[in-house]
Amino acid sequence: MTQQSAISQEMRDGVGVESDPLSHKVELGAIIKFAEAIGDPNPIFNDEEAARKTRYGGIVAPPTFLRSMRAGPAKVEVRSPYGAALDGGSEWEYFEPARAGDTITVTTKVADIFERPGRLGNMLFIIRETRYINQFGRLVAVQRGTGISYQPPEG
Amino acid sequence: MSEQLYFEDVEEGMELPTVEKNPTTQQLVKYAGASGDYYQIHYDQEFAKANGLPNVILHGALKNAFLGHLMTNWVGEHGMLRKLSAQYRGMDVPGTPIYAKGVVTKKYVENGENLVECDIWLENHKGEKTTPGSALVALPAKK
Repeated sequence: MTQQSAISQEMRDGVGVESDPLSHKVELGAIIKFAEAIGDPNPIFNDEEAARKTRYGGIVAPPTFLRSMRAGPAKVEVRSPYGAALDGGSEWEYFEPARAGDTITVTTKVADIFERPGRLGNMLFIIRETRYINQFGRLVAVQRGTGISYQPPEG
Repeated sequence: MSEQLYFEDVEEGMELPTVEKNPTTQQLVKYAGASGDYYQIHYDQEFAKANGLPNVILHGALKNAFLGHLMTNWVGEHGMLRKLSAQYRGMDVPGTPIYAKGVVTKKYVENGENLVECDIWLENHKGEKTTPGSALVALPAKK
C-alpha cells in the first residue's frame, strides 16, 4: 500500500506565487549581536572604527545575517500538514554586501515541493527561494532553502 | 585583520584554515535571539525529544553561519563571497567541538574575475562530516 501524499492541491497551487514584500532596517546593533551569536570576531562585523578603514567603509552584515529578515505574508499559503520541521539546507548567492543602515526588502516563494520516505517517516520537502533587495532596488542576495517536515513520533 | 589572500596564493587541493567552534546551549539561545528563530528544538530538551531528536540540536542556519565564518575569514577584506551552500545532513548537538573546514577544488578566470571554488564542510569531534557544502569566491590578484 502506498502512503497517501502529504501534498494537497492547495499546496501545489501556492508553488511559484511570490509573497508580499516586507522591508527591514539593517540595524548596526543587530549586526553586532548576530556576529557575537555566531562567534565571528571579524572587525568588519563588529567594530565600526576598524570597519571604516576597510574597503567597505563601515560595518557590513555577515553572509547569513539575512536569515534574520523575514518575507511578507504569502498570498497563497503552502502549509505542511506535519507538525515537526527540520532545516535541510541553504544555498546563497551574493551580489552586494548588506550594510548597517540599509533597508532590505524581502520576498519569498515556494520554488518546488516533493516528498520521499526517510528515517522519521514520510518527509515533505519544500524548497523556498527568498530574494533580498536593498533601498536602491539592487539585488543583495538570493537564498534557496530546503524545509523538511514530518509527522512527530507518537509520544 | 589577517593578511590579504591573493588569487596567486591559491592552488587546487589547498586546504582552507580550519575554524574551530565550541557551540554551547547558551550559544543556541543567543543565536535564537539574534536570528529570530525560536523553534524549540534548539533550546527545549523535552520538546526536542518529543520530536524524535536525541537532544536539542544546532540550528541549521547557525551551522551555515559557521561555514560563512570559514569563508569570510579566508578571503579577507578584498575577497568576495559569491556563493555559499550547505546541506544539514547530520544533526549536531551542543557541548562538543565542531570544525569548519574546506579545500580548493577549482581555480579559474571568468569575465575578468579570479574565481575559486571550494568544497566546505563541518566536521564533528568524531571526524564525521555532518554538513557538506560548497562556496565560490572572487579574489584580488597581485598584479
